Amino acid sequence: MNEYDAIIIGGGSAGLAAAISLYNEGVKDILLLERDKELGGILNQCIHNGFGLKVFKEELTGPEYAERYKQEFLEKNIAYKTSTMVIKCSKDRVVEYANEEEGFVQIKGKAILLTTGCYERNAGAIALPGHRPSGVITAGAAQKYLNMDGYLVGKKVFILGSGDIGLIMARRMTLEGAEVLGVAEVMPYSGGLKRNIVQCLDDYNIPLYLSHTVTEIIGEEHIEQIVLQEVKDFVPLEGTKKVFDVDTLLLSIGLIPEQSLAEQVGIVLDKKTRGPIVDDSYQTSVDGYFACGNALHVHDLVDFVSKESSQAGKAVADFLKQNTKKSEAIPTIPKKGISYIVPQKIHLDHQNQALDLFFRVDNVYQNQDIVLTSNQKEIKRYKKRHLAPAEMEKIILPPALLKELQGDLELSVEVRDQ
Amino acid sequence: MKTLTCIACPIGCHLEVDVEHDYKVSGNQCKKGELFGKKELQNPTRTVTSTVKISGGLYPRVPVKTSDEIPKAKIFEVMEELNAIVLKSPVKMNQIILKNVANTGVDIITTRSM
Repeated sequence: MNEYDAIIIGGGSAGLAAAISLYNEGVKDILLLERDKELGGILNQCIHNGFGLKVFKEELTGPEYAERYKQEFLEKNIAYKTSTMVIKCSKDRVVEYANEEEGFVQIKGKAILLTTGCYERNAGAIALPGHRPSGVITAGAAQKYLNMDGYLVGKKVFILGSGDIGLIMARRMTLEGAEVLGVAEVMPYSGGLKRNIVQCLDDYNIPLYLSHTVTEIIGEEHIEQIVLQEVKDFVPLEGTKKVFDVDTLLLSIGLIPEQSLAEQVGIVLDKKTRGPIVDDSYQTSVDGYFACGNALHVHDLVDFVSKESSQAGKAVADFLKQNTKKSEAIPTIPKKGISYIVPQKIHLDHQNQALDLFFRVDNVYQNQDIVLTSNQKEIKRYKKRHLAPAEMEKIILPPALLKELQGDLELSVEVRDQ
Repeated sequence: MKTLTCIACPIGCHLEVDVEHDYKVSGNQCKKGELFGKKELQNPTRTVTSTVKISGGLYPRVPVKTSDEIPKAKIFEVMEELNAIVLKSPVKMNQIILKNVANTGVDIITTRSM
């Protein structure tokens, strides 16, 4: 059985950035496994722009962003296999994969990094009522068909869910000649970035129905109509039904970290993020297993995936050099107004470098403070003009501040004292 | 006073533009926001991203974009011109494949190698 210092599962933005970072830290015995026929992951189908503003300080399209990372990765001659599917992982870090050339292969890693990205929630996930005709498809699948294979899945389209992919597809399908009749969002606020509401919907006069959802799908063989209804507290309101003639319903109702491998290994997952619970070195509950990128928690911007994965790569290198400290970890606890925090626990004894805390809030807030407390003592306050669930927040904890921490670290949203 | 959401970056600042006073922008957090606010109300422009046909490549379509922003009103004209293009693999990333698209003075370039 071949053994590697690090096995990276997934060659998208997270896997590439982590591999490059590992290599730069001196870990060169790496194998990266990718199930698709090329590296780059989902960026390859995200042909719109808006990527790279943080990492490259310029606006790139998804394929351009991917190609820059691919080039850097390839220049280092890091070993990788495409069209290779990882079938199973075990607690003792044996990875089983299969591909056309080698058949079924078992390998072992000193460290394994899960950079498997995320998957789209589908019709089953929201118990979509009505018939089950063809023409109901996730936005990301429609995006792949259109941008990579050249197939437009429909001409009269309604979109359920205001996630970014749905908004991007509303514009994309409009440009290719489809009529997009509207986007429905069950929440009173959008699940996507504001700029996408403006440049994808407003630019093309596509209506956004907030606090609305699709309550019926009509059609036997193929979808023919949908019924849109206003909702209050998730209950459809009488007398608000609107019927639309459609040939396609796109679903953009959320993304979930892909963790079927983690589940096999028995890695403990966070109920909120649906990704693994990790410490500040991105290590999961199973020794030697690490996770980052959308496999850890779903990000809004790839730039943050790259930055996080670069840090994770460094953490894996430290682990391999046995530099990781084994002190008792303290938990980071989301309190009022906060839906989750990553990492979920932190070690306090190696804090000579700053630590990033990523989190999301549970509602839209204006002019509030994010309050950091430890052992009921307020440590720091961060003023925020605008907070929304669709926008991931980050605070950087400098080493001096980390030294002040005693017990559990809590974050909450509080009304600002005027 | 006109209000709009800045799309210069994903932050999405709420801008207020004083149309009567030389399009003075407030609410922005950076220089880009000021430029966007002024331009959006006088001459709105957008980058267009799409795909064109390619033969002999890994996929039957290769992604492209306008090399700079073009007037918003010309978006569909640009799309129309892209329909006529058929490339042959290999192409390099950011290679010019069409000059002066829809008389905008802007080129169409590929956004990946294939």
